[in-house]
Amino acid sequence: MLRFTVRRLINMVFVLWAVSVLTFLIFMVMPGGGDEQAALRIAGRNANEQQVQTVKREWGLDDPFYVQYADMMKKVFTGDLISYVNQVNVREEIVRGIPRTASLVIGAGIIWLFFGVVFGVLSAVYAGRFTDRALNVLALIGISLPVFWVGLVLLYYLTDRIALFPPGGYTELGEDPVDWAYHLILPWFALSILFIGFYSRVLRSNVLDISNEDYVRTARSKGLSERRVLIRHTLRNALIPIVTLFGLDFGAALGGGAILTESVFGLQGVGQYASDSIGRLDLPPIMGVVLFGAFFIVLLNAIVDILYAFLDPRIRLQ
Amino acid sequence: MSTTEPAAPASRPTDETLLTVEDLEVAFATEDGLVEAVDGVSFELKAGEVLAIVGESGSGKSVTAMTLMGLTRSPNARFSGTAHYEGTELIGASEDELRRVRGAEIAMVFQDPMTSLNPVHKIGDQIIEQIQEHEAMPDQQARERTIELLERVGIPRARDRIDSYPFEFSGGMRQRVMIALALSCDPSILIADEPTTALDVTIQAQILQRVRDLREETGAAVILVTHDLGVVADIADRIAVMYAGRIIEEGTLDQIFYDPQHPYTWGLLGSITRVDRPRPERLPAIRGLPPSLADRPQGCHFRPRCPHEFAKCPEVPPLESRVEGAPGHRDRCWLSVEEKRERREVRPGEIGLPDKEEEAPAA
Repeated sequence: MLRFTVRRLINMVFVLWAVSVLTFLIFMVMPGGGDEQAALRIAGRNANEQQVQTVKREWGLDDPFYVQYADMMKKVFTGDLISYVNQVNVREEIVRGIPRTASLVIGAGIIWLFFGVVFGVLSAVYAGRFTDRALNVLALIGISLPVFWVGLVLLYYLTDRIALFPPGGYTELGEDPVDWAYHLILPWFALSILFIGFYSRVLRSNVLDISNEDYVRTARSKGLSERRVLIRHTLRNALIPIVTLFGLDFGAALGGGAILTESVFGLQGVGQYASDSIGRLDLPPIMGVVLFGAFFIVLLNAIVDILYAFLDPRIRLQ
Repeated sequence: MSTTEPAAPASRPTDETLLTVEDLEVAFATEDGLVEAVDGVSFELKAGEVLAIVGESGSGKSVTAMTLMGLTRSPNARFSGTAHYEGTELIGASEDELRRVRGAEIAMVFQDPMTSLNPVHKIGDQIIEQIQEHEAMPDQQARERTIELLERVGIPRARDRIDSYPFEFSGGMRQRVMIALALSCDPSILIADEPTTALDVTIQAQILQRVRDLREETGAAVILVTHDLGVVADIADRIAVMYAGRIIEEGTLDQIFYDPQHPYTWGLLGSITRVDRPRPERLPAIRGLPPSLADRPQGCHFRPRCPHEFAKCPEVPPLESRVEGAPGHRDRCWLSVEEKRERREVRPGEIGLPDKEEEAPAA
């Protein structure tokens, strides 16, 4: 088990390295046009000649590729990566965004996992009956509603028409926990809704598949209660694929993927920083956020794999 | 073929009737209409005996067995008839009543040991779970009992293996675990649904030996569901042959093997390949296919495949005793006993069923 974990973590480092090389290639090498063009891209749209020359020097654009790569990675790790558009340090911006993004994503993750599982199980237990059909319709609606639309509708009705919630923004958890949650309820809901629908559909079909397994029949033949058969034998197996889904979705959102939700509610998290930077065609922050996001996706993937080994003994021994 | 009575007194069939099944019918509503999987099955099971239910795939034998434990219950299933087990009516019982019987009084070993154990739980935990479901027993004691059970079914180093997962076991070993599981609460009836079908021939023999030994040790009655007459010859006391949802013949091992009354049984016996006879040109088989359960022939279900069909066959033959002096030997065939005895011999001393084309139907 320990060996598996260590191996998985080493593997993760290699994947991250590969991602960084790809990022470098995509941003620095592939667009072509030589170092002049590269400097222009990095310096941003409204850069003057002096800024371009600064970029050229700071990024060592005259050097061979591998030195450029090393320079870039050095900047990323030492926190020297700055946006030349507004001279803001990229790492500081991302660090400022982390608690905001984490508050949003962790809260929403708990909500969508909980309701996804509850609705999925209910749907499977009452398969074909009214509860199942009603949940099915709700799930499809949830999957079909775009996040930005849900967000705007919520904002319009619940903050504009009835001032039930604050119109976006963020309060530090340490400052005022109640106000923190108060600001996050709508974003949590908006971000969860799609995942709840999706997870409940996936879990429903998993549970129904597993219910037909021979070992569930065996469990029933042992005289166990339906509840115990469901929880210990059916769900225990049906939830395994949900772990993968959750790990990936959660990692992506944590890495700045919740762009729409963050932007609609003005949370100023990593996702919104990414989207603002993309709007400005500001290359260094985009690069930074891509690497940051990749880190979380790869990390969560590794955690999922390790968790898998706990959940399914067959993986442990391979 | 062993015809001797088992040695241990505990195993000898007594007159105490454990289970009485009467006129059991099971039907499933499917897209193709109502499928009658079991159609009026009646039998009795006495304490300590091994009853084999023999038939082809789709004959209703597994459905019969699983219905006794309520494992075929579903919104699409329709049941009628009764199955009495020691004061409990199994067919109409509530889930709660059934739960007390399942695993504790009637236990089941399933066909495919590779898929019948939960892959994510240790085998010991799966057995302990059943013990503790039916008896209040501290963990340590249940664990000791489980180790004992695993030893009894022939799992070496049971004390270490109790914490293994199913995937660490071979098919034969898993089936032993299933048997240990089934025996863990000392059931009075063990239902084995094709327990050796998925196993190698050598492992089959070991598993059957195990079932036979355990029957003698525990005195449990066994219902053995199988399509394999070889398996039956090894351990059954009585045999019920099923065809298309009905029992078409029932009798003791000797009656079925030496004085079979139903042409279908002849066909089954004739299709056993024997190494002590000259090799036939092609393997004997019963012509045709079993009928679809949704669309069965009128009267005797075996009629379309039977070379001995005659005018009376479109009428359903009742399952009744037709051989004099053998009240327990019942069958569903209109032919007279004399005709049967004459026609079943395809070659001197050899029972079988000729192809329908080869022999003109009798007048």
